[in-house]
Amino acid sequence: MTGLNDIVVVGAGAAGATTAETLRRQGYDGRLTLLGAEPHLPYDRPPLSKQILTGHWEPDRIRLRAPEAYDRLGIDLRLGIPATRLDRTGRAVELADGSRLRADAVVVATGVRPRRLPGREGADRCGEPAGVYVLRTLDDALRLHAALAGGPRLVVAGAGLLGTEAAVAARRLGADVTLVCPARVPLLDLLGPHAAGLVAATHRGLGLRVRRDRVTAVTTARGAVTGVRLSDGSRLDADLVLVATGSVPCTDWLRGSGVSVEDGVVCDLLSAAGPGVWAAGDVANRPDPRTGRRGRWEHRTHAAEQAMAVARNLLAGTAARPFAPLPSFWTDQHDLKIQVFGDLAGTDRCHIAEGSPAEGRFTALYGAGDHVRGAVAVNMPRQAQRLRTLVETRAAWTDRPPQPTPLGAADT
Amino acid sequence: MKINVDRERCVGAGQCVLAAAGVFDQSREDGLVELLSAEPPQELHAAVTEAELICPSGAIEIQP
Ligand SMILES: Cc1cc2nc3c(=O)[nH]c(=O)nc-3n(C[C@H](O)[C@H](O)[C@H](O)COP(=O)(O)OP(=O)(O)OC[C@H]3O[C@@H](n4cnc5c(N)ncnc54)[C@H](O)[C@@H]3O)c2cc1C
Ligand code: SF4
Repeated sequence: MTGLNDIVVVGAGAAGATTAETLRRQGYDGRLTLLGAEPHLPYDRPPLSKQILTGHWEPDRIRLRAPEAYDRLGIDLRLGIPATRLDRTGRAVELADGSRLRADAVVVATGVRPRRLPGREGADRCGEPAGVYVLRTLDDALRLHAALAGGPRLVVAGAGLLGTEAAVAARRLGADVTLVCPARVPLLDLLGPHAAGLVAATHRGLGLRVRRDRVTAVTTARGAVTGVRLSDGSRLDADLVLVATGSVPCTDWLRGSGVSVEDGVVCDLLSAAGPGVWAAGDVANRPDPRTGRRGRWEHRTHAAEQAMAVARNLLAGTAARPFAPLPSFWTDQHDLKIQVFGDLAGTDRCHIAEGSPAEGRFTALYGAGDHVRGAVAVNMPRQAQRLRTLVETRAAWTDRPPQPTPLGAADT
Repeated sequence: MKINVDRERCVGAGQCVLAAAGVFDQSREDGLVELLSAEPPQELHAAVTEAELICPSGAIEIQP
């Protein structure tokens, strides 16, 4: 821990806030600054497309920590001021208000921003026609919630986790919703056939239309949205368009710093991105020791886990340890609560371990090459934890639990 | 150390149970967090702190 007197964490989301808190809990007692571009206290993003978008929760409820917690932990929290430059040789971070912070170590936790439709990448929010929305921040969610009053026609471009959850929320608020999805079935790759099938049935039950296509452009008249154009040349009328077609890492401020950036901050197994620079959360592009593949993960649990690993490694010196998390995420789709562990991509076998898709509650294991690779649980959160170990240890396929047991009996 | 859990915020991710199994459990009905011990003994404090940090929904609050 020697020689560290100033740590600056850039980005006050889940990863940034958890890094700062863990640094303190690990005994770091030097100066600690947490910088956030947004004006809000650090908050949790997953509820934005769920309880915040439907209006069931007040914004206060998603705060990660009480306001006084930062003072208590000795964290100098500076909100509403983005970092604009990293000066590695001068060991400093520059802020939009012209100030300069000394930094012996910098943690990059700036997350991602929504990708825009083709041709509009440069557009900031003010440059968009009225009626075009994205969903990443609390302000985005509140704006979209307000716009959904009165049953407008909404087109959701993109049917990943975010697009599908937002479509469900909008439908529950009474909007007329069309989900434009380039894939055969939304979320198939992420959730596997059984859970994706249940999700599709749930969407149908809610009266959500799914159109298999791709949005290529937004059509407007007098500065407001009138609809979207699809890749087959047809048009859909709409009052609102939600663009949910993926995200772009927030690394502009690192330009010229010498930090290697390629679809996020390129870091090593320790989550280091060069001397004195670390990265955590959605912005970090790292090698996965489990698969050897490199990439970014945009999952909430991962953000916290990597943040804790970064805080520990930053203080550990030569005792730093590789970060080897298990992929895991959850999604809520109306009355389905779905958890996924591991990676279902490329798996070639499936085994229902408990419950059944027909009952709307089940756990399933997915495997490849005679090993368990992934697990899915629908409305069985407690049972999901048991499967986790099988995925984590890459258990032999033959060691999987026996045939499906009746629900009551399995639930001990 | 005193623990509070907010079941309304819990998303049933079970991270707390992984971190501190003796202190947290998930309910059989809805999978949401259940507190087994609100004032756990000293030797569990590190594990509970870990659970608080890792809980994705901020449902766990510790009073020192
Ligand atoms: C609507 C929505 C729903 C989701 N639902 C789920 C879910 O159900 N399950 C799941 O596992 N995951 C979900 N996720 C993903 C999960 O929320 C993210 O993986 C997680 O929030 C990543 O945390 P982070 O701290 O890396 O990034 P962020 O939370 O994006 O935090 C980064 C912060 O850095 C700030 N910043 C950016 N640039 C600068 C700068 N130059 N200077 C200072 N600050 C800067 C940003 O304003 C932001 O506040 C969801 C995400 C969204 C948007
Ligand atoms: S870790 Fe948090 S969200 Fe997950 S079960 Fe425990 S309290 Fe609930």
